[in-house]
Amino acid sequence: MSTPAPDTGLHADRVARRTDGRLIVDGVTLVLRPGETVGLLGPNGSGKSTLLRLLAGVLPASAGVVTLDGHPLPEVGRRATARRIATVEQHTHTQTELTVREVVALGRIPHRRAWSPASAADARAVTEALERAGLTDRAAQSWHTLSGGERQRAQIARALAQEPRELLLDEPTNHLDIQHQLDLLDLIADLPVTTVIALHDLNLAAMYCDRLLVLNTGRTVAEGTPTDVLTPALIKDVYGVDAEVGHDPGHPVIRFLRRGSGAP
Amino acid sequence: MTLRTLLLTGGGLAALAVSVAFAVTIGPADISTADVWASVASHLGGGESTLAPLRDGIVWDLRMPRTLLAAVCGAGLALCGAVMQSLLRNPLADPFVLGVSSGASTGAVAVVVLGVGGGAVSLSAGAFVGALLSFGLVMLLSHSLGASMDRVVLSGVAAMQLFSALTSFTVLTSADAETTKGVLFWLLGSLSGADWGQVLLCAGALAAVLVVCLGHATTLDAFAFGEEAAAGLGVNVARARLILLCATALLTAVLVSCAGAIGFVGLVLPHVTRALTGSGHVRLLPVTALTGAVFLVWVDTLARTVVDPQEVPVGVVTSLIGVPAFVIVLHRGRRKT
Repeated sequence: MSTPAPDTGLHADRVARRTDGRLIVDGVTLVLRPGETVGLLGPNGSGKSTLLRLLAGVLPASAGVVTLDGHPLPEVGRRATARRIATVEQHTHTQTELTVREVVALGRIPHRRAWSPASAADARAVTEALERAGLTDRAAQSWHTLSGGERQRAQIARALAQEPRELLLDEPTNHLDIQHQLDLLDLIADLPVTTVIALHDLNLAAMYCDRLLVLNTGRTVAEGTPTDVLTPALIKDVYGVDAEVGHDPGHPVIRFLRRGSGAP
Repeated sequence: MTLRTLLLTGGGLAALAVSVAFAVTIGPADISTADVWASVASHLGGGESTLAPLRDGIVWDLRMPRTLLAAVCGAGLALCGAVMQSLLRNPLADPFVLGVSSGASTGAVAVVVLGVGGGAVSLSAGAFVGALLSFGLVMLLSHSLGASMDRVVLSGVAAMQLFSALTSFTVLTSADAETTKGVLFWLLGSLSGADWGQVLLCAGALAAVLVVCLGHATTLDAFAFGEEAAAGLGVNVARARLILLCATALLTAVLVSCAGAIGFVGLVLPHVTRALTGSGHVRLLPVTALTGAVFLVWVDTLARTVVDPQEVPVGVVTSLIGVPAFVIVLHRGRRKT
């Protein structure tokens, strides 16, 4: 595998973020290859969410730089960044009364200019995004009537309406039952975009990601394919739990062990 | 603009024109719609008025500026309320949530009761300075607290308490009964002192701020899921917030210094309008300005005629109508969550 030149796509070069004197993200480097799905792993507070915000350009880096096609994000500008990179947050809420279609249409905002009405291209992008997320028949419904899984799909559709080439997702499967988790990850894995996805479930990460980046206290502790990264030693080291790692065709399978059950 | 927006805006403008023309004819002196046209035509067209000078004066110098000021204040307050509710993501926000009206009351009281300015400063000027001071204090306070929207609201509450206490203290310790009554009347919101100068000043401020807000209509849409989501959609959150807060505070300060703190228009009318237009701001903002204008024209007509020959402060009437509406909004909000 050849590493692409850092002047294409999204690239974090030794980025750090300091909040209240504490380093939340500490010198992380990440080069994204076009079309791949990268899983971001690590315990609570390891810096996954903050790294995603740095990649989206929503938070400024305290040190290091995030570049898009070789240009630092602050130079690219907020609107131009939002036309390339879309974000799906962990949990979203609004007091505003919006239909599903209106929520998805928010994704067109970075493409629109003040004073100009939505164009035919805007309408088409929204319709396609709804279709892709399987929400076409829900389009006219109020967002407040959706279930948790449907709300996340609506947010993914909104992100797709931005027509991004990079999609960043922060634990999008939280609070969903297993069927909806798998549905959502199937949808995400099939998207023709470069994806970075923060996940808690190691098995889901192994099943759906091409590559994993493991963070602990803001630093990269491992990077590579799921098979290379997810070893009993790493899981013990990062999460402090014992696990056995088996192998299904194509990806590792992790089985956690009860404490004091005489693990090896 | 879509056809629906044009229809709603056009219908609103027509309703406003009819309301103004009709409201001017209502009152103790018997004025007909024909008299109104005659007076308006002679003043705008420059021709000879066929009307007796007294009747002409009632239309042109008294009722017309007052009715128009009601329209402009209603429009401005409803517009500011709608922007505040979206920006602060709080359905209970109104134009006074950042302490503008309380600061204005303290400024007005300082001029009228304490004699600050030695008679050279008008009540309106005092109120305007007080309003800006209060808003400035809120911005400084919220900035030092980290500038999140919750902090802005909390700073506004703090400023409101502070300036209300200052106003009460000043009125109770220094004012005689007659001055107290006058100040109280103004504090509750009243359009009885309207003149053409105020109409033009407020209309100018309204036009400028309406343009700024309409230019930020899609930006306001982006705030539906919070500031971080807005940033993710390419909005420069800090800049948009500063521009919109300053623009609405400035317009509110101008309106309050002319007509006092007329409550509930800015809180309730945006909610009523959303039921008509949906939440998209391109449609919501112009239409809520029109519904606010029509509403306040009629409420002020009620306020100046209902206990004739006495006058009720218009703020009292808006609150009497506004409180039941407020309860309905709360009920709907409860069902949703």
